[in-house]
Amino acid sequence: MSRLDTEHQVETIIGLEVHVQLRTQTKLFCRCSTEFGAPPNTQTCPVCLGLPGALPVINEHAIELAIRTGLALNCEIPPLTKWDRKQYFYPDLPKGYQISQFDLPICADGFLEITDPADDTHTRRIPLVRAHLEEDAGKSMHDEAAGISDTRIDLNRCGTPLLEIVTQPAMRSAAEARAFLSELKLLLTHLGVSDCEMQEGSLRVDANVNLHIEADGKEIATPIVEIKNMNSFRAVERAIEYEVRRQYIDWEDTGETIEDRAKQTRGWDDAAEATFAQREKEESADYRYFPDPDLLPVRLPRERIEAAQATLGELPAATRQRLQSQYDIKAYDADVIVNQGPAMIAYFETTAETAGDGRRASAWMQQDVMRSLKESDWEIGTFPIPAIDLGRLLRKVDAGELDNARARDVFQYMLENDTDAEGAIEALGIVAVDAGEIEALCRELLEANPKVVEQVRGGKEQAIGALIGQAKKKNPNANPQQVKETCLRMIREG
Amino acid sequence: MSIPLDSATELLRLQAAGELSAVQITQAALDRIAATEPQISAFTHRADEAAIAAAEKIDRDRSAGLPLGPLAGIPVAVKDVLCTRDMPTTCSSKMLAGYHSPYDATVVARLRQAGAVLVGKTNMDEFAMGASTETSAMGVTGNPWDPSRTPGGSSGGAAAVVAAGNCPLSLGSDTGGSIRQPAAFCSLTGMKPTYGRVSRYGLVAFASSLDQVGPMAWTVEDAALLLQVISGFDPADSTSLDESVPNFASDVAATDVRGLRIGVLRDSLDQEGLEPEVRRAVLEAIDVYRSAGAEIVDVSLPHSHYWVPTYYVIAPCEASSNLSRYDGAHYGYRAAISDAEAAERGPLLATYCKSRDEGFGAEVKRRIMLGTYALSTGYYDAYYLKALKVRRLIRGDFDAAFAQADVLLGPVTPSAAFRLGEKTDDPLQMYLCDLFTVGANLAGIPAVSLPAGFTAEGLPLGVQLQAPPLQEARLIRAGAAFQKLTTHHAQRPTL
Repeated sequence: MSRLDTEHQVETIIGLEVHVQLRTQTKLFCRCSTEFGAPPNTQTCPVCLGLPGALPVINEHAIELAIRTGLALNCEIPPLTKWDRKQYFYPDLPKGYQISQFDLPICADGFLEITDPADDTHTRRIPLVRAHLEEDAGKSMHDEAAGISDTRIDLNRCGTPLLEIVTQPAMRSAAEARAFLSELKLLLTHLGVSDCEMQEGSLRVDANVNLHIEADGKEIATPIVEIKNMNSFRAVERAIEYEVRRQYIDWEDTGETIEDRAKQTRGWDDAAEATFAQREKEESADYRYFPDPDLLPVRLPRERIEAAQATLGELPAATRQRLQSQYDIKAYDADVIVNQGPAMIAYFETTAETAGDGRRASAWMQQDVMRSLKESDWEIGTFPIPAIDLGRLLRKVDAGELDNARARDVFQYMLENDTDAEGAIEALGIVAVDAGEIEALCRELLEANPKVVEQVRGGKEQAIGALIGQAKKKNPNANPQQVKETCLRMIREG
Repeated sequence: MSIPLDSATELLRLQAAGELSAVQITQAALDRIAATEPQISAFTHRADEAAIAAAEKIDRDRSAGLPLGPLAGIPVAVKDVLCTRDMPTTCSSKMLAGYHSPYDATVVARLRQAGAVLVGKTNMDEFAMGASTETSAMGVTGNPWDPSRTPGGSSGGAAAVVAAGNCPLSLGSDTGGSIRQPAAFCSLTGMKPTYGRVSRYGLVAFASSLDQVGPMAWTVEDAALLLQVISGFDPADSTSLDESVPNFASDVAATDVRGLRIGVLRDSLDQEGLEPEVRRAVLEAIDVYRSAGAEIVDVSLPHSHYWVPTYYVIAPCEASSNLSRYDGAHYGYRAAISDAEAAERGPLLATYCKSRDEGFGAEVKRRIMLGTYALSTGYYDAYYLKALKVRRLIRGDFDAAFAQADVLLGPVTPSAAFRLGEKTDDPLQMYLCDLFTVGANLAGIPAVSLPAGFTAEGLPLGVQLQAPPLQEARLIRAGAAFQKLTTHHAQRPTL
């Protein structure tokens, strides 16, 4: 439950409608390419242009991807699904109707488990109402430059397969909505069913938001607002946060509740960081859904669904669990790695196996590897240090051959010089220092620093730190831990 | 020699025998069209040059010894509801005046591949909505038997051009009787195949779950020839049936009807509004079959009084949706709007409304409104959903009837061809023209209209045979048998 700066208890209610573009080569009902970025109106045919006489033919691959997604989202896949026409007039909808699914969607119910953003040791289960297939509309480009108002239509996107995923109004904070979207994107990219690029429009989010306010001993619901035009997960989070504040203030000002006002559509203005009223839903069209007579219902036999289930493999939630138990790492750490996607998971697993120490591998992944990726804008797939080489380096650390600081030097050298750990160690002139050498070094240091010896004897053990720095200068290969222990032992032994 | 433009079979034979060339035939057809058009106005587009060019190619191929298609050199006219890439496709609507489809309908492509010579596009009721071809925005078509009367509709032009001796074959489309009723009015053989037997790809949709393309000709033999070419699975039409197509020529030859169980629809013969002369024609047809050894059984279709109401819910619902695409934005008619109109409703809505208001005729608008209403929230269950349920009962009736009979025999139309203008002010009277034909569309079964005699005034009459799904062959056998035993199909108008 989120609290505004108010005397009232306020609960935020959020439901999401997510349109995901499925990664098919061709459109949902014709064989035009779905590739993004082609010149306007070059990827069209009589079917997606809605020309007289043209008829739709279903793209089986889209069905397959929808089934996979539905199964991964724990949905029911019914034995029969069908197509309906959703009718409205708009210039980017050349048939005057969109082929969609009304009462028998391809995926029903279901849920997605997310890490609770308020407590990363907990998960939250976000229930899903449904997911259905539909064709995308084209794109209207409004050009109001130089005082003339001109709209141009690009129908390349028209007919592209979309899966619309609808959640229950089950999220309670903007952070939770964002966590849901991140987890959904992770799952869908993991499955390879969608690119989920908000910038390219392959993932679009509408958020339904209202507040439940406790006042005068009753719970009051504010009017529901559907927020559109958000182009990043961050925008979704900020738009919801804005809307929560706006609705609260609006309620304080007007006292309007859900009974007083129909659902309203508001757009998000990223630059202004505000939502603005678009149109009232009450005056919106009656879509007059009816079964599309040009298409047959789709039968989905049990065997087909089972076969799809078998191809899913390990999903991110399961991977998190496995990494925790198999490599003895914390939930948070497993989360960070898994959230980076399959390539990062593979890199981590190879590193951990080779190093023989999952926790160390995890720490290095999160600090050194991810920082380098960020600094150099690399992808893990093209990271210069192979996982196996990093694993070998960490094994040396584990064996006490290198301390962490020296290992970082080696790591940096490997990064810059395309060499493995052995090569880097050699190039850096790092040699193992034997115990006799360390003893000689320590004796020399103790003799030269009687004050430190005195302080240690007086119980101030941390004074030894001054000697470690000096040891490093005299012999960069000396292991600080070893130096510390040897010095303390020699002082004790007098 | 006189060129038999009333028989595709004969024209094929004469070409094969080297007695006629495709160009000679085509030229004769074009001459005949030029002679009769002033009286009947059956074409929306005539493709004289392209036809001659196609015929020349056939003749070249023939002399080069190349393989020729089954309709090589045969002039064929096509209802203007089928897309053609080299001719306009208007659906006889102002909305699509001058519209050129960038592609051929599957049936048109199959015609071309079969060597047919396309002579033009034929007039029809606007978007196939009507029963007299009078809702056309391209003028009124006359019946070759009496040009002051309608050739029927909506495939009135396609019927008239065959009846006028312009060409032996034409393609029509049948949503509620639009092939069979004009065939009856013009003394032709017209068949609506099983739903899904013929591809709808490129057939401009009126009511998608009812529309079907079919052949029109004088004889069953010729109609079968054309049906053979257009039938068969098309991957571009999801509702097309992936079923093998029999060789219909063998059914034309097999005309023994002994033992054939002919179910007579007694109820339809007692139907109010059925004219006595039509009734007489049906009774005579029954006698013809009985005397040839067929078994006559009485059958009933208990829900037949729901056919027209059911049809006039389902068809307008689908039409209202199918015709949404004509919005003036992408192609077709776009009305010019004034600044005042733009200011009043916004330029987009003003363009939509005015384009559709001016582009569509009254009957089309009436059906769009009917369908829009019936699909609206709060009415869907009471109209569309109810109609779908009744449709299932209607199918069940046919299933039961076909358990007792191999084919069903009854009237096609309540009357012979009526006068132009007679029913244009009374849509309900016009809708009742579909009384006996819409059942086959609702049930998806094949049905054929056969010439069955003439009224005292000399107007053609028809009878209808209906068969179970995919049993076109049965209709062809029974129809060919009828034509072997009668001469109605051999009568010609004096035009």
